[in-house]
Amino acid sequence: MSDPAPTPSPAAPAPFPAAGNISDTDREDLRRHGILMTSMEELYNWGRSNSIWPLQFGLACCAIEMIAAATARFDIARFGAEIFRPSPRQADLMIVSGTVTKKMAPLVVRLWNQMPEPKYCIAMGACAISGGPFKQGYNVLKGIDRFIPVDIYIPGCPPRPEALLNGLVQLQKKIKAEKLTGPDAARHTRPEAPSEFPIPVYGAHDLEPTKNPAVWSPPSPPSA
Amino acid sequence: MNDHPYGFLALFLGVALAFPLIMLAVAWLWVRCFQPAKPGVSKNATYECGLEASGDPWIQFKAHYYLYAILFLIFDVEVLFLLPFAVAFTSLSTGALFAMLLFILLLAEGLVWSWQRGYLEWK
Repeated sequence: MSDPAPTPSPAAPAPFPAAGNISDTDREDLRRHGILMTSMEELYNWGRSNSIWPLQFGLACCAIEMIAAATARFDIARFGAEIFRPSPRQADLMIVSGTVTKKMAPLVVRLWNQMPEPKYCIAMGACAISGGPFKQGYNVLKGIDRFIPVDIYIPGCPPRPEALLNGLVQLQKKIKAEKLTGPDAARHTRPEAPSEFPIPVYGAHDLEPTKNPAVWSPPSPPSA
Repeated sequence: MNDHPYGFLALFLGVALAFPLIMLAVAWLWVRCFQPAKPGVSKNATYECGLEASGDPWIQFKAHYYLYAILFLIFDVEVLFLLPFAVAFTSLSTGALFAMLLFILLLAEGLVWSWQRGYLEWK
């Protein structure tokens, strides 16, 4: 007994997910006959997500794992992200790999500002997410997301290279789901979305300001 | 199509011009349609190390090194001519031999002169 409703076949995943008003089954049929149906948006996101160029900088021990991810054993090149750029002008992805001290935070934010859109940020490891073991200290920023928007958080202390690769794959999924137009269009397509974020300055006791309220607000205590 | 022997060069020129122009046009259209330009203070800054640029790049510095560049020329030119001189040494005429010796003497004299003036010591 056959099911008349067209269901996407789970066996062979299509290279591009559904777009327009052609069902996945029809597209899969067409693909088997050598016809690839896609939309400009998908093509754009497919190209972008498979050629992410990270910014080449490391802040602490997580950077060692990031370097390991780039070597032959883990080979980040399998995901098209092996071209670590020494200049923020050429980078798409900022991997905040390690402890962000308050001394370093303004520099990280300035580098983020200098990266051209579209740009993405991975907070790698406990320190970049929250300050990690140094959270109660005086000189470590308690998470880079206080100043710049973070797309992917990779927990671990430090995360293994596989975890970084998994984070990269998650980011690729995120990029592939981005829209070019419409109300939920990607950040870089909206003219009003800021590309630069305020750079904190060294104050007498802490960074000033201590956070960017536009991207981060302290978590509210759990209500009883 | 005429069969000018260099006709293909015109084709190459056309492709060489069209290829970058199409890419630039697509990038321009993309910016116009989808991705608004977002310049800013730090994005337009020259320095890209995360630090702010400080000081004036228009500084004066001592052009002391030019003496060593000139002295290097002595050895450079000498090596250039010594090698063919050594290869052709046995078949040289007397006049050519003396001309070559004079040439080496002139170069060596320059070295001795600069040595006496103390130019070989870095100050």
